[in-house]
Amino acid sequence: MNTLARKRHHKAAPLLLVLALLALITGAAAFAAPSATATAEASADDVVAGERLFAANCASCHGLDAEGQDGVAPSLVGVGAAAVDFQVGTGRMPMQASGPQAPAKPVQFSQDEINQLAAWVASLGAGPAIPTAEQVDGSLGDAANGMEVFRTNCAMCHGSIGGGGALTQGKFAPSLLETTPEHIYEAMLTGPQSMPVFNDANVTPEQKRDVIAYLEAQQAGSPGGLSLGAIGPVSEGLWAWLILLGLIIASTIWVGARSS
Amino acid sequence: MGAKLNNAAAGTANYVDERTSIGGFVKFFARKLFPDHWSFMLGEIALYAFIILLLSGVFLTAFFVPSMTEVHYEGPYETMHGVAMTEAFASTLKTSFEVPGGLLIRQIHHWSALLFLAAIMTHMCRVFFTGAFRKPRELNWLVGFTLMILGLAAGFTGYSLPDDVLSGNGLRIIDGVVKSIPLIGSYTSYWLFGGEYPGVDIIPRLFTAHVLIVPGLILALVALHLFLVFLHKHTQYPGGGKTHKNVVGLPLFPVYTAKAGGFFFVVFGVVALVAAVFTINPVWNYGPYDPSPVSAGTQPDWYILFVDGALRLMPGWVFGLPLEWEIFGYTLSMNILLPAVIIPGLFFGIIALYPWLEAWATGDKGEKHVLDRPRNAPVRTGIGVAMIVFYVILVIEGSNDIVASLFHLSLNDLTIFFQWTIFIFPPLAFWITKRICMGLQRKDRELVLHGHETGTIVRHENGEYIEVHQPLDEQEVWLRVNYDNRKPLEIEPEFNERGVRRPGYKWDLFKQRLSKFYYEERVEPVTWEEYQEAQRHHGPSEQGKAEAVEAEHADERLNKEWESVDKAESTDK
Repeated sequence: MNTLARKRHHKAAPLLLVLALLALITGAAAFAAPSATATAEASADDVVAGERLFAANCASCHGLDAEGQDGVAPSLVGVGAAAVDFQVGTGRMPMQASGPQAPAKPVQFSQDEINQLAAWVASLGAGPAIPTAEQVDGSLGDAANGMEVFRTNCAMCHGSIGGGGALTQGKFAPSLLETTPEHIYEAMLTGPQSMPVFNDANVTPEQKRDVIAYLEAQQAGSPGGLSLGAIGPVSEGLWAWLILLGLIIASTIWVGARSS
Repeated sequence: MGAKLNNAAAGTANYVDERTSIGGFVKFFARKLFPDHWSFMLGEIALYAFIILLLSGVFLTAFFVPSMTEVHYEGPYETMHGVAMTEAFASTLKTSFEVPGGLLIRQIHHWSALLFLAAIMTHMCRVFFTGAFRKPRELNWLVGFTLMILGLAAGFTGYSLPDDVLSGNGLRIIDGVVKSIPLIGSYTSYWLFGGEYPGVDIIPRLFTAHVLIVPGLILALVALHLFLVFLHKHTQYPGGGKTHKNVVGLPLFPVYTAKAGGFFFVVFGVVALVAAVFTINPVWNYGPYDPSPVSAGTQPDWYILFVDGALRLMPGWVFGLPLEWEIFGYTLSMNILLPAVIIPGLFFGIIALYPWLEAWATGDKGEKHVLDRPRNAPVRTGIGVAMIVFYVILVIEGSNDIVASLFHLSLNDLTIFFQWTIFIFPPLAFWITKRICMGLQRKDRELVLHGHETGTIVRHENGEYIEVHQPLDEQEVWLRVNYDNRKPLEIEPEFNERGVRRPGYKWDLFKQRLSKFYYEERVEPVTWEEYQEAQRHHGPSEQGKAEAVEAEHADERLNKEWESVDKAESTDK
């Protein structure tokens, strides 16, 4: 093998090539996309950029005008920026495959791109806006009140502390134990997928914050130890049979092994 | 020093003995023989779980307030600040968060309750599958069965005491079930709750049941259960020298007392370990009881799950016909009565009466002290497995929402699947189990008659190949042939010689049919004649044996030869 070929076939060559390409792309993107640090307010540029992103990534189902298609995808006119921030920000959209419900998955866009998409969708018709940092700050809420709001409005699907639960025909209420405060707030506001809308007349913004405070208290863990999924007595029963009785029966065999 | 101590002990023992004559009892118990097997300790687990329950329960009663008076929470737990609740719930929170060690003891109490029922049912399965319920132990089976029911009652009354949302929903379901009973339902519900549900009486009443009535009854029946074990003597697994007339084992003292005493600490240790690491019944998550909220994952503790499962499985309409009937202005809810009262009633009824059912089929009046190997009672084993499958389907259906979300299944399809399989799987399980048992019996026959396969094949000089079998030793043979060869009952004819119908014929006919179901199809144990015959004809001849011994080491010799060849080659290089 001559020296040239040896260099060309170096082990690290493909990796280096990919890295170089990545650097090129991100570099280009950094130049192309204007930095979004300036303001949270949607600028006209954001709307234009958002429309372009929408046409490329969402329009195949929702249509170029975002008015949706019967039986395929709903109209997005009037859903507001909050809906976009929730659906795209949790990775539910763009949807990967049709099924009972769109599951959360790794997010496909940067926050800037999500903001651009949100700006464009918000420009189509009035709808709920992305909540402010103060609105979703759990430390300002009352966790005890949040408990009462949660268990009257949310627990029947999400479980007593938000561990999640099943709905009909393969749909489900996801676990809330790792959801961000913004997304919890937006979900209540916009009612994604099977979830009903809890508008501000129904559950006031203060109450929404209380719910966030309650859920944040749950995310801190259970005072009793590991929570076994926080899904109630079924996992406790399974544990009692497998671990508790299992360990003890194993020890009866050990004790009984030294028999007459 | 040692002599002094011995004298002191002897002196004390003598002092007590002279005043109570207890020495005779101690001697009797210490010398009582028990056969040894790990599966005989399953009931012991239940007993120890019960002792742990008593100990931890006494601690909890020191802090629990069985009252439904409304208070506002002022303790340290953040998500309950200022929330209105009953004193029962508030005191449970106080026990959990303010009493030192309170939460650990609560968790120990609850975990050992789950263990108590699990151990009881495992013990019942052991007794069932080995036939330990046969004469003279039928009554003790009934005592044990009652203990299981009392265990369910103890569990359910305790589960409801903290007055949280989860257990309140459970209580609401029980209220509905009680109300579905015709005629007496509504009155019973009013009587239980002291008026319209939930009222303010139920917690104090459940408390009395939970800390006094039920444990008192359990304690008394445990004493009876153990007394009967002593009276009947313990059963033993089949094997050489073990008959229905003897007990082969060790005396209670010193080996078993040490084992059993140590085992208590093993059980307590494992329960404490699990209770220290895993949360159970986090009532602070569920919140104080309020009839309006019902959260996802609302299930009873596992031992009541089968009732919940039956309720979830039951359709409201069958083939277009409603199951809720209105008769003369009274509502009869078959959709609740059937799954929550009739089905569990039948299920438990069969369990309770099973010893008599089988006694009718065998017609055997003798005492049985040697256990059956499950394979030697194929129909019984099949029935047991079918009942377990039935029960497990109900438990899984009771957890259908958890199963659906865990495995990404459709809740509706899961329920429809179980609505069909509850009729299909248990009979299928019965049939498969019976076939497996009979297959194992045939294998036993084969082994007794022909011996173990050795994997050694010998070729005679005349070119004939024979496979060498190793005959079983005496213990192995005993285990495989020593079981009852039961046949269907023969009954007297319906009419006597004068053509008069015999009274009691129908009852006999029923027993005969039952007997045919059990024993018509059977694999009979190898008889002495068959065994002798097999030894003579199929057993290896002297020449064969000698050749087998020679062949036994053929592998080693061959290996050695190869090694020497290898060595020779390596020295060549």
